[in-house]
Amino acid sequence: MSQFDVAEAAVQAALDAGARYADARVGHRRYESMTVRNGDVEALQQEESAGIGVRALVGSSWGFFALPDLSPRAARSAGTRATEIAQASAMVPGPASELVPINPVVASWASECEEDPLSVPLAEKGDLLTTATRLMLDHGADQAEGLYQIWDTTTWFVSSEGHRIDQRIRECGAGISATAVGEHESQRRSYPSYGGQYGTRGWELVRRLDLLSHAAELAEQARALLTAPLCPEGETTLILGGEQLALQIHESVGHAIELDRILGWEAAFAGTSWLDLSQLGQLQYGSELMNITIDPTIPGALGSFGFDDEGTPAMRRYAVRDGRWVGVLAGRDSAAVAGLDYAGSVRADGWARLPMVRMTNVGLEPGPHTLEEIIAATDDGILMDVNRSWSIDDRRLNFQFGCEIGWEIKNGRRGRMLRNPTYTGIGPVFWRSMDMLSSEIVPWGIPNCGKGQPLQIGHTGHPAAPARFRNVRVGVRA
Amino acid sequence: MTAELRLADQVLDLVRRTGLAAEAEVLVDWQAQGLTRFANSFIHQHVAEETTTVQLVLHADGRTATATTTRTDSDGLRQLVERTVASVRVAPPDPGWPGLTPPANAHGQAGFDPATAAATGQERAARVRGFVDAAGLPAAGYCETRTFRSAYANTAGQSATDETTSATLDGIARRDGVDGTARLVSTRLADVDGAWLGAQAAAKAHAGVDPVELPPGRYEVVLEPTAVADLLTNFALWGFSGLLYAQGRSFAELGAAQFDPVVTLVDDPFAEGSPGMAFDAEGTPKQRLVLVEEGVTRAVAHDRRTAAMVGGQARSTGHALPGGHAGGLGAIPRHLGLLPSGQSVPASSAAGEVGVAHPTAADLVRSVERGLLVTDLWYTRVLDPKSMVVTGLTRNGVWLIEHGTITSPVMNLRFTQSYPQALAPGAVKGVGDAVTVLPTRLGRGAIRAPALHLAAWNFTGGASG
Repeated sequence: MSQFDVAEAAVQAALDAGARYADARVGHRRYESMTVRNGDVEALQQEESAGIGVRALVGSSWGFFALPDLSPRAARSAGTRATEIAQASAMVPGPASELVPINPVVASWASECEEDPLSVPLAEKGDLLTTATRLMLDHGADQAEGLYQIWDTTTWFVSSEGHRIDQRIRECGAGISATAVGEHESQRRSYPSYGGQYGTRGWELVRRLDLLSHAAELAEQARALLTAPLCPEGETTLILGGEQLALQIHESVGHAIELDRILGWEAAFAGTSWLDLSQLGQLQYGSELMNITIDPTIPGALGSFGFDDEGTPAMRRYAVRDGRWVGVLAGRDSAAVAGLDYAGSVRADGWARLPMVRMTNVGLEPGPHTLEEIIAATDDGILMDVNRSWSIDDRRLNFQFGCEIGWEIKNGRRGRMLRNPTYTGIGPVFWRSMDMLSSEIVPWGIPNCGKGQPLQIGHTGHPAAPARFRNVRVGVRA
Repeated sequence: MTAELRLADQVLDLVRRTGLAAEAEVLVDWQAQGLTRFANSFIHQHVAEETTTVQLVLHADGRTATATTTRTDSDGLRQLVERTVASVRVAPPDPGWPGLTPPANAHGQAGFDPATAAATGQERAARVRGFVDAAGLPAAGYCETRTFRSAYANTAGQSATDETTSATLDGIARRDGVDGTARLVSTRLADVDGAWLGAQAAAKAHAGVDPVELPPGRYEVVLEPTAVADLLTNFALWGFSGLLYAQGRSFAELGAAQFDPVVTLVDDPFAEGSPGMAFDAEGTPKQRLVLVEEGVTRAVAHDRRTAAMVGGQARSTGHALPGGHAGGLGAIPRHLGLLPSGQSVPASSAAGEVGVAHPTAADLVRSVERGLLVTDLWYTRVLDPKSMVVTGLTRNGVWLIEHGTITSPVMNLRFTQSYPQALAPGAVKGVGDAVTVLPTRLGRGAIRAPALHLAAWNFTGGASG
């Protein structure tokens, strides 16, 4: 019996039990990670997971059930139980709703992969991280960490509407960090970001990062930060590096445009959104330099796929165009409730989790400048880069970020290194103050976006480049 | 013998048959979870799963490899062993291997409730119905039941089994753009009173309407148990992690009076209402661990590896997590509690008079001349683990207290605050007399928190930025 047959048995069982719509995902995932600290392997983890998750719709109520068992009997049981759960949901029913229509698709899709990351010898991968961390120790780090992660996920999706899609996505990435410990605080520097850079690529992504050539400088900077002057307090011109801007997009745009948040479906946990659907198409989100797309078709970006977990084909659309809010991340049910005609952004963290609205690749289109041009055009400001901490309110408005490193900008030149740089603001005010944007776009990958209950870890991509913002409050401290 | 222990022994047997001279340990976790989410006063997501995860750790020739699988058929287990054996032969050297846990008794503490283990979607939906009806306002949240059965076995002769249950209801009621909340976790679904929690959340929402904006600054505060739970969670993650302590990145100094004398922090997986297991992921028996005693830091949480890193008298305290240090945080106390005033720990339940302030915070409010009552601390992130400077926001209700009385709702505020400084000697003006058992984002565990009256909390921004 093929995986498709198993999924079809589950869907049929859900329909037989009374569901008016059902879909099933048979999934298989292999995961591998290695954590290296101070030249020694601290953890080598390999995971294999396989099972089926079934979603059933009864009236306006959903039910979902998952089992790590791919026998036909288990699949039928999962389908029946999903419908029973949907029927229990009807004790507290919602308003009647439909799913936005999509054409049933029979297709197969795989992400690009030049060098299978799980086939690269463990010893080679370990040597890379142990060598990098020893280099950092040699150059002044008190703690040196290296990490890589690899996911190889295949899904077989079947729906009662006729979908039959198989999809294989290989993702990987790596990063290194150096920490210097002082008497009262510690300072950390990371490359290319804390926890690493990730994409839907093979091991070639890690080779191109060239971790070893950055190790020494990271350690030296972490040590130097311990005695660097504090980031000053006050309002100033802020230049953000691309890695930090990617997280800024993730937190203050990506989550804000999730339709389930806008509709209040995440109100009790992740929160809602400051955006009101009545403003869609009119609201000025940011300056005219702000063009943000929802684009799961970017080759190699971490949020890329061929089809989302409802079977909707990947498609590029604008979320913000010339600064105006024009699009949301949606699923078939949330889009129907909102009166929209598109979905395509529903994903699940594996076969055992209910698909929900998630970011795909949400990022900026290139601007007209370069980082060096932005610095040269700034008389007085601060450049901050590489995220260290992030916090934002439950409506995605009031944020505060800390970065690993800052530099004073005076008279168009990069000056002293600054310690503990932080900045804070209100999302739309901040985005409307963006007056310069670089063309140096990188599709940053974030592999640890938490949302939903049970908590699901999402993989998202964020094309971003350095940019400049005016009148930003910096230097917040205890 | 449980099914999980049979699986563990089966895997150990497969390892032996490979002929590899290895130390081996197997952890088998079976989990059944049902979770009923509601929003806009209806159930919008309702899920259940049953999953078995088998983790195998092998150490041979100075190298270590860890692998897991959810495939428990003979092919799945055989491939797990083959994959782990292949990995350990080529893995980089692991000089920090601390060895296996020797045989030791690990006794369960009756945190298992058969009725909760058998709970259906209808029973969770009934709690949701109770919450929604009692709130009488748009409501959102979840009701969850979980059952865990675990088994551990290793080639040094240690083996253990245990099971536990948990039931949680966590919800908000919403009115005119403000939210009120109530939540509770227990080992028994029968303890979860959806109607009381719904009424409490609604009382807060009604009292939060038309909030005023206050300027940032240092305010005296009464933190409700839900807010104290965030303090304790961050201390668990960043303060009492044996890994961060071993690396010199924790604030903790053993033997130093780092807290106010009224502060005693205990990690207790067997406290009433707390879902806890008898052993950790390395098979080490769990026990009640005093981390701070009357203001003096006494211990941090260790697994075998962090204890070996620290050396000397350090021993595993039974806090190893599945996956070891792969998450980067190491051993974490996931059942952390702040002892209430009087040093007794009353049983927690959703009980008491419904009001703006949680019943356990009301007495503390009366002793405040001017300050703020804070329900929740939200999206808290550590700027620096060593100083434990944390930024975050208030959520689900803030009120101004004047002359011992709640006088006005207040808009949410952002804070940037060192948590150890907030609890430093002289900084704690009062501890509530009862604890509430609360869910934690640390996974399988619970936080026991009373309300807390602090001399100062550093609010660094208001609703306007």
